[in-house]
Amino acid sequence: MATILFDGVAYGMLLFVLACGLAVTLGLMNFVNLAHGAFAMAGGYTTVLLMDRLNVPFLACLPAAFVLSAVLGLLLERTLYRHMYGRSHLDQVLFSIGLVFMAVAATDYFLGSSQRNIHLPPWLQGRVEVLGVAIGLYRAFIIVLCGVLALGLQLALMRTRFGSRLRAAVDDARVARGLGIPVGTIFAVTFAVGSGLAGLGGALGTELLGIDPYFPLKFMIYFLIVVTVGGTSGIAGPFLASLLLGIADVAGKYYLSSALGGFVIYVVMIVVLVLRPQGLFARAR
Amino acid sequence: MKAADSLARRARWRWPEIVFWLLALAAIAAPAGKHLILNEIAILALFALSLDLILGYAGIISLGHAAFFGFGAYAAGLICKYATADPVLGLLLAMLLSAMLGLLTSLLVLRGSDLTRLMVTLGMALVLHEIANALPQWTGGADGLQGMAVGPLLGRFDFDLFGRTAYGYSIVTLFVLFVLARRIVKSPFGVSLMAIRRNSLRASALGVPVNRRLIAVYALGAAYAGAAGALLAQTTAYVSLDVLEFNRSADVLLTLIIGGTGWLYGGIVGAFVFKVLQDLLSSGAPQFWLFWLGLFLVVLALVGRDRLHGLVRRAMP
Repeated sequence: MATILFDGVAYGMLLFVLACGLAVTLGLMNFVNLAHGAFAMAGGYTTVLLMDRLNVPFLACLPAAFVLSAVLGLLLERTLYRHMYGRSHLDQVLFSIGLVFMAVAATDYFLGSSQRNIHLPPWLQGRVEVLGVAIGLYRAFIIVLCGVLALGLQLALMRTRFGSRLRAAVDDARVARGLGIPVGTIFAVTFAVGSGLAGLGGALGTELLGIDPYFPLKFMIYFLIVVTVGGTSGIAGPFLASLLLGIADVAGKYYLSSALGGFVIYVVMIVVLVLRPQGLFARAR
Repeated sequence: MKAADSLARRARWRWPEIVFWLLALAAIAAPAGKHLILNEIAILALFALSLDLILGYAGIISLGHAAFFGFGAYAAGLICKYATADPVLGLLLAMLLSAMLGLLTSLLVLRGSDLTRLMVTLGMALVLHEIANALPQWTGGADGLQGMAVGPLLGRFDFDLFGRTAYGYSIVTLFVLFVLARRIVKSPFGVSLMAIRRNSLRASALGVPVNRRLIAVYALGAAYAGAAGALLAQTTAYVSLDVLEFNRSADVLLTLIIGGTGWLYGGIVGAFVFKVLQDLLSSGAPQFWLFWLGLFLVVLALVGRDRLHGLVRRAMP
């Protein structure tokens, strides 16, 4: 029981890091980016390739995955995404589905369609017994790392000058521009950081979720659930939503069959969205 | 009187339309060989037409339209196995059941923003997929629903290997449902839908019962999608889980976008282009098709959909 709870929390934390970039682009900037998972996949494959081909240690791969995905995000934001901000949601959906399809096809073509795994360093393998609960070392590592990241993000958004500028730019881009806030630059940096975090999540998740070319499509619904159910007014809502989703998913797959577990999650999502379209943890505007 | 005149003028049949339908119906008698792919095109066109009613005319974004397609397919399959082997009766029953599902689920898409609707429709399709997967004694699970013995069409024409009967059946169904849809969208009801899409607040201020109209068109779209699914099930005598998958919802959205939304021929044009290109491009490696499709979408979204479609639409309104 406690082990399931623990695994669920680890899974939820991982989902949060994967999805928090989307919480900003979709939640705050109101851009429907279905291609978010593609950046996570880029991070995951960076890790797999670096470890397999160049024997880079696991810990060094994590920052590499972050940087590579962030640069990729920055490039795409400056060249393509920028033009789509003011467009209708349907156009944004089409645009980002198109990007996902291209990413899936290109990955499949160059790297093969089979699922890839990594070998963790020995000090992250195995389990220890704490107060009678078996705790996986790697999952504990994920919880600590992602917890620190979540805290840092919340502080950055609420307490720094960049955070307040970002919130101003999101609330009303025109007024913010009039006050001399460089809205375009702020959006670009935010998008890059969000993509980088997705890449980091992909790198961390390679061991737990496995990675293959269809990763962006398989986990798209999970990212969207985190953001829509969590609400779109900050980081705390998506954080709680990802914890709930992680625990529910792990518990559902353990206690029910894997098919019924998915069923329960989707039904709960629909009910929540119908009753509270603005999300569980957000106040109605 | 003026308003009625202008509605009647908009609803008049133009000659390119008549030529198109004559050609499509004449293709039943064409030499054997291409009927299988023509059948697929007709089914996809009907599916895209159903999405157009919801998205193009009423403005409801759906990422889970395969829910109704798959439901109709399974309904037709089960009706054929356990109730009646007559295809037309099965088709009508499947449409009726899909319409009822649409009626029930329409209550879920009335509230909320585009994003909420997107998520709810996506979730609906996933829920149905999970249900179909979890009930293998009914649906066959991952193996698919097998053992459908579809009776002869109208008690006379057997379904053959080359798909001539199948295409005839599908294209006539498409034509009948198309004429009905054309009639509906050119009527005052259809005009009120477009008013809702443009500005639902203003429409309700003008006295249009917004929610009732949306429920009606959603159920209609569901019935059409169910008919497309039923046609696929009956003409292939097989239903697999992929009728409910996300890819099918995405494909039909792309089909409609290629052809153009808010235009009844959009689904038909899109289905033709989509299937022919898919046939050409996926003969090498399946990844190529996916890649070009993605590239096309990105370019289309960046350039703007309206610019591409403006030219074609003058001929066939």
